[in-house]
Amino acid sequence: MKARVHVTLKQGVLDPQGTAIQGALAHLGFEGVGDVRQGKLIEIDLQESDPARGRAQVEEMCRRLLANTVIENYAIEVMS
Amino acid sequence: MRSAVIVFPASNCDRDAETALRDITGRAPHMVWHAEGTFPEVDLIVLPGGFSYGDYLRAGAMAAHSPVMREVVARAGRGVPVLGICNGFQVLCEAGLLPGALMRNASLKFVGRDVHVRVETSQSLFTSRYANGAVARMPVAHGDGNYYADDATLDRLEERGQVAFRYCTPDGAVVEAGNPNGARRNIAGIFNETKTVLGLMPHPERVCDPLLGGTDGRAMFEGLVEALT
Repeated sequence: MKARVHVTLKQGVLDPQGTAIQGALAHLGFEGVGDVRQGKLIEIDLQESDPARGRAQVEEMCRRLLANTVIENYAIEVMS
Repeated sequence: MRSAVIVFPASNCDRDAETALRDITGRAPHMVWHAEGTFPEVDLIVLPGGFSYGDYLRAGAMAAHSPVMREVVARAGRGVPVLGICNGFQVLCEAGLLPGALMRNASLKFVGRDVHVRVETSQSLFTSRYANGAVARMPVAHGDGNYYADDATLDRLEERGQVAFRYCTPDGAVVEAGNPNGARRNIAGIFNETKTVLGLMPHPERVCDPLLGGTDGRAMFEGLVEALT
């Protein structure tokens, strides 16, 4: 199975890259663009076939390495 | 005083740390490759500046889980002093030896220049040779030096005297104009609770000889020699 992890900065934590993207979109003439937040997408192939166990593994990976929970949130998507 | 410098792939200030330690302690430090499981007993461990593992994922994240760091964390737990400079500070935060995190500079620009820092306390192994409130000039060279912790953590750090250095103007004013990266409360360096671990973004090892344009970093190493010899 495959898992996708979305890592994003927590609300309230300054995201200078998101702010730069917001500015660039404004320069390109896109109107009505509010706050922009940038994150990371990490795709992982797992040997595990049980979705619950796969999710638990990825949860542990997020906690220990993939996200810095001081400043980041993560969301896990498991696809069989 | 015996010391060790941990060398990660893409550390680029390890030789600067080696030179400063050799000159000031009179003994060459052990240079310890990141893949080593252990290394000789020492009085001080230095995590140098650089871009360990290419800053992949997050600055310091990969290095924090390298084999040698298990040993560094264990020794820090026994009270062996650890100094993390720049990328070393990022590694210490990622390894959980110091609270908070280092984020991308608020300006989005890499900052490479001299800055001024105010010494917030001389009550530590690392800062005993500086006066309280002294202003030191040291270079910074980083893209991810923006120190972040939540308000409760910052309050606790301040209450316990764990803020080591704050960015300031040349006359010691802690104001936004002196802050090169957007760090919260102008924090440039912090201690752990026992003040045996120090992480800071500026590079004291690069200002230990007049030939390098300054000597304001020398007092840190001289203080360590005095305390640990």
